[in-house]
Amino acid sequence: MTPNLYDFSTLTGAIHEWLSGMMSPGWVTFTELVLIGLLFLLFFALLGLFLVYLERKVCAIIQNRVGPNRVGKWGLLQTIADLIKLLIKELIPIRKSDKFLFNLAPFIVIIASLMAMAALPFAKGLQAIDFNIGVFYVMAVSSLGVVGILLAGWSSNSKYSLIGAMRSGAQIVSYELSVGLSLLAIVVFSGSMQLSTIIESQADGWWLFKGHIPAFIAFIVFLIASTAEINRGPFDLAEAESELTAGFHTEYSGIKFAFFFLAEYINMFIVAAIAATVFLGGWMPLHIGNWEGFNQVMDFIPSIVWFFVKTFFIIYVIMWFKWTFPRLRIDQLLTLEWKYLLPVSLVNIVLIAFLVLMGWHF
Amino acid sequence: MNSISKYFKDMFGGISSLWAGMRVTGKYFVSPRAIVTQQYPENRATLKMEERFKGEIIMPHDENNLHACTGCGICEMNCPNGSIEIITNRVPNAEGKMERIIDKHIYHLSMCTFCGLCVKTCPSDALAFGQKFEHAVFDRSKLTKVLNQPGSSLRKEAKK
Amino acid sequence: MTEEIIKDVIIGESEDYIINVGPQHPSTHGVLRFEVCLQGETVKYLIPHIGYIHRGIEKMCEAITYPQIIHLTDRMDYLSAHINNEAVCLCVENALQVEVPERVKYIRTILAELNRLASHQLWWSAFGMDLGALTTFFYGLRDREKILDIFEESFGSRLLHSFVMPGGLMHDVHPNFQKGIKEFIKYFRKKLPEYDQLLTGNVIFHQRAKGIGLMSKETAIAYGVTGPSGRGSGWSCDIRKIAPYSAYDKVQFNECLETEGDTFARYQVRMREMHESLSILEQLVDNIPEGDYTAKMKPIIKLPAGEFFQRVETARGELAVYIVSDGNKSPYRIKFRTPNFSNLFVMNTITSGYKIADLVAVSGSLDLVIPDIDR
Repeated sequence: MTPNLYDFSTLTGAIHEWLSGMMSPGWVTFTELVLIGLLFLLFFALLGLFLVYLERKVCAIIQNRVGPNRVGKWGLLQTIADLIKLLIKELIPIRKSDKFLFNLAPFIVIIASLMAMAALPFAKGLQAIDFNIGVFYVMAVSSLGVVGILLAGWSSNSKYSLIGAMRSGAQIVSYELSVGLSLLAIVVFSGSMQLSTIIESQADGWWLFKGHIPAFIAFIVFLIASTAEINRGPFDLAEAESELTAGFHTEYSGIKFAFFFLAEYINMFIVAAIAATVFLGGWMPLHIGNWEGFNQVMDFIPSIVWFFVKTFFIIYVIMWFKWTFPRLRIDQLLTLEWKYLLPVSLVNIVLIAFLVLMGWHF
Repeated sequence: MNSISKYFKDMFGGISSLWAGMRVTGKYFVSPRAIVTQQYPENRATLKMEERFKGEIIMPHDENNLHACTGCGICEMNCPNGSIEIITNRVPNAEGKMERIIDKHIYHLSMCTFCGLCVKTCPSDALAFGQKFEHAVFDRSKLTKVLNQPGSSLRKEAKK
Repeated sequence: MTEEIIKDVIIGESEDYIINVGPQHPSTHGVLRFEVCLQGETVKYLIPHIGYIHRGIEKMCEAITYPQIIHLTDRMDYLSAHINNEAVCLCVENALQVEVPERVKYIRTILAELNRLASHQLWWSAFGMDLGALTTFFYGLRDREKILDIFEESFGSRLLHSFVMPGGLMHDVHPNFQKGIKEFIKYFRKKLPEYDQLLTGNVIFHQRAKGIGLMSKETAIAYGVTGPSGRGSGWSCDIRKIAPYSAYDKVQFNECLETEGDTFARYQVRMREMHESLSILEQLVDNIPEGDYTAKMKPIIKLPAGEFFQRVETARGELAVYIVSDGNKSPYRIKFRTPNFSNLFVMNTITSGYKIADLVAVSGSLDLVIPDIDR
């Protein structure tokens, strides 16, 4: 049943063999670490640029505009031009700011999102590290970013930044709970925290379909909570440009601002990838029950395509949220979490435990 | 019990109202024909400004390089911003009388607010609005224009 | 409250968290500065600072003739430019006892309503953007563009069309005028439900707007908050109803009143006014009488010595023009009572105690135009 086509482990295995033939095992590990790190950095930068472009195009079409269309074909090089502009811009030093923390903050934010990416299974056999506590790891690491945001707001010596950072702190700490609980729902279903096992368990159908209504509720809760956790509209209170101009990164310029900007988009990719992996079967093709013919056709689509299609679908939904809704106020944001999302996900998880105990899921 | 039903009613009512909004934006996302932006520098060839568009003040000249400005100065008087200066000469005409003719009709585009009073009040309809709107220049002095073309003269019309 | 302000600001012993919202801030819609004292996220009090775009329009008017004044009034409340023009023209016509032709009255009323619609559309766009719904901005502007196209066709300019003159109009409207308006009404009637789906019905918007920035009827009257903002508090202050001018006595329309006095009520008043404006346009557009586009006026307009007063309803409230003339061709003194000036200073009263995000919502719901405040 599981597709053997396009298995990346043959490719990665061959590289490993080739390297092993040349040097000692210690050096092999080191070289592979460096290689993977470089690959991720490259992917990170390109993906960030592409996502910025995508966001601008999506919002433009929603708003009856054309979007970037001047630099390159269909404006594809627009974000690269923006990057060059950001690179050559002056890094404005802020008087009475905490210089060390001010410079450190963008790195913490970007490192947190880079670390979370390590555990993502991009395709069959294409995963940097397959923890047995993968879900837990991703959640833990991705919430590190808030430290960077708090530091940025605190060290900027700006009142707007401080308000933005404090909002962000309250917001991310609250929404972490709902994200955790909704992911826990699928962990209960699949009985594992390992991302590869969760994907394997969806070979005969995605959890969104297999898990009855509770999985669907968990998916909705995850979408809402993760949108809040990555500080995107309608939960972009930390930036809230109509209230706080730019929130926690008001005082940043040039490449340091670009880091925050990039991290925001990479975080969006990460939550979308996790949603795709956990609820929509990751790189697993769409399989429907006993339709052998249909399933085989689906198997011919490479797993990496499946992963990216699902991820970008979720990214689109998150963008769709942002360009439709007004922003919440900080107290309403916390009300939504503590009075609606959290009770719903708690009840939901009890329901799922019951379902699993009775063996009612597929 | 009432409060519990209200809790769920609020929740589902809220979700459906959000969905209503998402339907609107989603509808526009899948209909790229609704895009209203004009591609400006590309559509220069087809871009037609309205006939009454107030782009700048011009003095229409006919094919014989004749205009209708007598140099009376009413437009200068009516301009609220002082964007029109008129320099006239006195020259003898065919019958030997001294007659006022326009030497330079100076128009400061940089000061003009396009109120239209000069065009409206001109007794001989010598001024009009031009449709040109690309007025960006590198030097401010280029915005000071002389409206009567060199060598042009007043159109002599048969007395009504 | 006042002692606190004195202690904080004038003596400078403040230990509060004071932030400056503006003069360069995305949500003040211009060069306006609020000095906001915060306790956490809650606004303690707020002091508006104005004058960043003061141009001395009233003083400039004393040096120029009456027809020339028109184009300066465009630049006060630039979003209801036509209505400002009309106010001065009506005042001058009253002073001169000139009866303008019926056609002029009808066209002026149509233009005023179109201008009100355009202004409300821009307000809706910007209000949505203040609350974080960025797409509303483009939808509102997209529909406003249709009105501006009608304007451009007839007057040659889109925003500041000094189209009205004392005694009538600058020139006649374009032959396509009526057709364009009919098309627009059909188009906009289809788009208005979208506005409701996108923002009016939205649960987040309800949360943000309901019960925020409460302004009682007494406060509205005390501060002179007119226009849709005052009508949101239940104060019947529509000049079109109280003292009809132009062709407003010939059309049927409802004065939109809400009694809650919160941001949502002010929003609802404006949304309903859009429907009313459409219905006024529908009543007028087919009945424009034939005739001259201007009354017979002397080439140089000199007002008789005396004091003249005229008030009109702009998209933001009551605009009053007060002219003191000494018989010359320019006024001895001209005073504009602009709606935004009064509407701004109620901000402190109705935002203290709310969150900083509500400050943005309330200032958006008052629909301030800064050049109108500073003049």
